[in-house]
Amino acid sequence: MDGPAGAAGTPAPGTPAPAPAIETTGLSKHFGKVPAVDGIDLHVPVGSVFGFLGPNGSGKTTTIRVLLGLLNPTAGTWMLFGRPMPQASMQILPKVGALIEGPAFYPWLSGAQNLARFDAAGPDGDRPTRRARIDLALARVGLTAAAGKKYKAYSLGMRQRLGLASALLRPRELLVLDEPTNGMDPQGTREIRHLIQELAGDGTTVFLSSHLLSEVEQVCTHVAVMSLGKILAQSTIAELQATGARRLAVETVQVSVAATVLERLGLTDLTIEGDAISARLDGQAPEDCCRALVDAGVGVRSLTTVRPTLEDTFVALTGEGFDVAR
Amino acid sequence: MWRAELISQFRRRRVKALLLVLAAVPALLAVLVYLSGGPSNGQGPTFLDEVTRNGVFAALAGLTVTVPFFLPLTVAVVAGDSIAGEASLGTLRYLLVRPAGRSRLLLIKAVTIGAYCLAAALAVAAGGLIAGVILFPVGRVTTLSATTLSLGAGIGRTLLAALVVGASLFGMAAIGLFISTLTDVPVGAMAATVGLAVLSAVLGGVSQVQAIHPWLFTRGWFAFGDLLRDPVQWTAISHDLALQVAYMAVFGAAAWARFTTKDVLA
Repeated sequence: MDGPAGAAGTPAPGTPAPAPAIETTGLSKHFGKVPAVDGIDLHVPVGSVFGFLGPNGSGKTTTIRVLLGLLNPTAGTWMLFGRPMPQASMQILPKVGALIEGPAFYPWLSGAQNLARFDAAGPDGDRPTRRARIDLALARVGLTAAAGKKYKAYSLGMRQRLGLASALLRPRELLVLDEPTNGMDPQGTREIRHLIQELAGDGTTVFLSSHLLSEVEQVCTHVAVMSLGKILAQSTIAELQATGARRLAVETVQVSVAATVLERLGLTDLTIEGDAISARLDGQAPEDCCRALVDAGVGVRSLTTVRPTLEDTFVALTGEGFDVAR
Repeated sequence: MWRAELISQFRRRRVKALLLVLAAVPALLAVLVYLSGGPSNGQGPTFLDEVTRNGVFAALAGLTVTVPFFLPLTVAVVAGDSIAGEASLGTLRYLLVRPAGRSRLLLIKAVTIGAYCLAAALAVAAGGLIAGVILFPVGRVTTLSATTLSLGAGIGRTLLAALVVGASLFGMAAIGLFISTLTDVPVGAMAATVGLAVLSAVLGGVSQVQAIHPWLFTRGWFAFGDLLRDPVQWTAISHDLALQVAYMAVFGAAAWARFTTKDVLA
């Protein structure tokens, strides 16, 4: 196998593209008759920061549990770094750091003792370097001062940080982070975002499950949207946003005239707010709209096109916003 | 991980408290005998009458008193908690993705429980020995066969008796481990394990089901007394230990089959 954090970097020119960090084929997990995950094909390229989005109850955490070998899939197969799972678990999982459904540690042990406990529990937990690795991981998440404190005395945000420290204890090629900023204050959220960007910069693939769309928008290169156990969209973040409906935003004092012109051009979903008017472009070229407005004598102060935010796209795709899917 | 698991478990306040209570039981017994003064009228538990003549017997009396209930209760707590406790803390999922390996984790848990069984019985013996030596005269140990052993040999037999008692709890520990793989609620696993021990003891007293008596895991819990005969009577002890091995094989295999295939949702 590759050395620590080896394969995750950008490949040298001329070498074949590395196997995806995560690849699933028709992966399904049913609980009784309910399909929690329903035949998904995920493709997470090496080196990407992959945002895994979906409303609560859409099957994100179940997917993560299957990927990490905690649940047996009902159907389908999956591979991590090109190795079939779960057969290759003992070789692949040591390279995977995970935060699954919040942190979990032994309340009667201190933060540092907990990290040592988990480090000792599996392969690659080199003992001579353990102390130093624990100190470094705690420093990276800002927990050095609380290292000797019992876990039960930790606040929610500190627990989350310790969970991240555990995921960073050894060099990783893949980080699977399920809602990593849960329970953190804005400062902590920003720190985690920087940490993720730093790790991604080192070539670590990050699989980030979240419902905080702005968070995903800021750090992710790729995104998949899941709802009711199915993947609704999967692409780079730029491609996904390009599929959403672009809007035209015009600023003018003659809003009513402008509205008539735009409606005549076939633009829909008009909204007027003071001197601003906005409408769905629906394939119309913005320059044609501009010309039509000027020809109609509308004094155009500004005219821009607005890309949909990830949230707009997300709501358009899932149709249900943030409500619990089931 | 072997060392880490043992350290982690024995560092728990709960485990320390259990061992302390177990050591306190024979000590308390010795103090009561000391305060009541003089040998009793022979109605107490086996070995208790001997305590005033020889402090070493406080350890054996302690084993006799704790083996029907106290010892199995604490073993049920530790065994029932083993997997279900990790599940309820959520640490099970992190151990498995570490990856600790399911078979390996189960084996480590089993060995830890076994170590606890032996430590628990030794704690009883140690508590009794210490209190007995402080409160009563010690000297050559009179066996149940009316011969005497040197003090050293007597203490050796006593510690051996503790180990036999610990080992005779292995079958129940295996049942507890198996039940612990079935649930994410540790208290449920503990209660179910204690319940089965009580059931086994009750059945052992019902003559209508005599046919199953040789197969009850509680049946040989008092066999350790045969170590205090001269020469030592091994028949009952070896029968009991063989039965414990059989229980470990059956319930260990069941626990393995369950744990290596189970969906971990906790």
